Amino acid sequence: MADAIARTGALEGRFLNDEGITLVRAEPATRLLLRAPETALKPLSKALGLDLPQRPKASVSGGKRAALWLGPDEWLVIDENGGDLMEDCASVSAFHSAVDVSHRNTAVLVSGPRVEAVLNAGCPQDLSLDVFPVGACSRTVFGKAEVILWRTERDAFRVECWRSFSDYVFMLLEAASRDR
Amino acid sequence: MLLIHCPYCEEGRPELEFRHAGEAHIARPENMAELSDEDFERFFFIRSNPKGIVYERWRHIHGCARFFNAARDTVSDRFLTTYKAGEPKPDLDGEGK
Repeated sequence: MADAIARTGALEGRFLNDEGITLVRAEPATRLLLRAPETALKPLSKALGLDLPQRPKASVSGGKRAALWLGPDEWLVIDENGGDLMEDCASVSAFHSAVDVSHRNTAVLVSGPRVEAVLNAGCPQDLSLDVFPVGACSRTVFGKAEVILWRTERDAFRVECWRSFSDYVFMLLEAASRDR
Repeated sequence: MLLIHCPYCEEGRPELEFRHAGEAHIARPENMAELSDEDFERFFFIRSNPKGIVYERWRHIHGCARFFNAARDTVSDRFLTTYKAGEPKPDLDGEGK
C-alpha cells in the first residue's frame, strides 16, 4: 500500500498561457536566507562567488546563482543548479546567519507583455520600468501573501513565495491573467 | 493608496507593506525591578495620544522588515517625515499646522 504514495511538489503540473501572459512553475532550486553585518560581507561574497548587493532593490546574478537584496543586512540567495549554498557558507568564520529555505519557498515565473498589469492586480508597488528596472527585486505583498518579486527581464518576473501560499498566489495570478 | 517613505529602502512604498508599532522614543527603564507600580504603569501603559503631530514607530514588515520612526499628523493623517531608528527626534516646529 505504501508504494502507492507519490510525492507531489508544490504547483506541480500548473501552467497557464493566455494572451500576453505565461505562468510557469519554477524548477526546484537551492535557497538561502542570509543575515550578516557589513564586516562579514567580503568573506561571504567570496564564498558564494557573488558580490552581495548593498543598494535597496538591487540584485546580482552570475550563471544560475543570484543574490537578492531584501533589507540592509538580509539577502535571498538562489542557486538553480542545485549547488550547496550551506556548504559554501560553512567555511566563513565571520559572524552571520544562514538558513536553508529551499523547501520553504517555491516560485512562479510570470512573463509576457501584460506582466506588469497582472502582477499589479495583487501588488501595490510601482512596477514600471524606470522605478522597477530589470534586475530589481523587492519583498512585497501579492494579495494577502508575502512574496519576493525579481524582474529578470523586461517582460519577465520571478515571484518567490512560501510553498504553503503558492496555491493561492497561482490562483490569483490566473484570475488576474484572465481579467482584461 | 498612502505612500510611506522607508528610510532604509529610500523610496515611498504602499502602506500595505507597513505595520504600525506604537509610540516612538519611549526609553525602557534600566531599573525595571525597582519601579513603583505607578511608575511602571506610566512607562508601560500611558501614551501621549495628542491631536496633531505624533512620533511613532513603524515597521516595513513586508519590505526590508526594518523598524523606523515617523512623525505623523493625526488630524490630516499626513506623514511629515520618516527617519531611521536610533536617530534623534526631528525638530518640526511650525509644521503640519
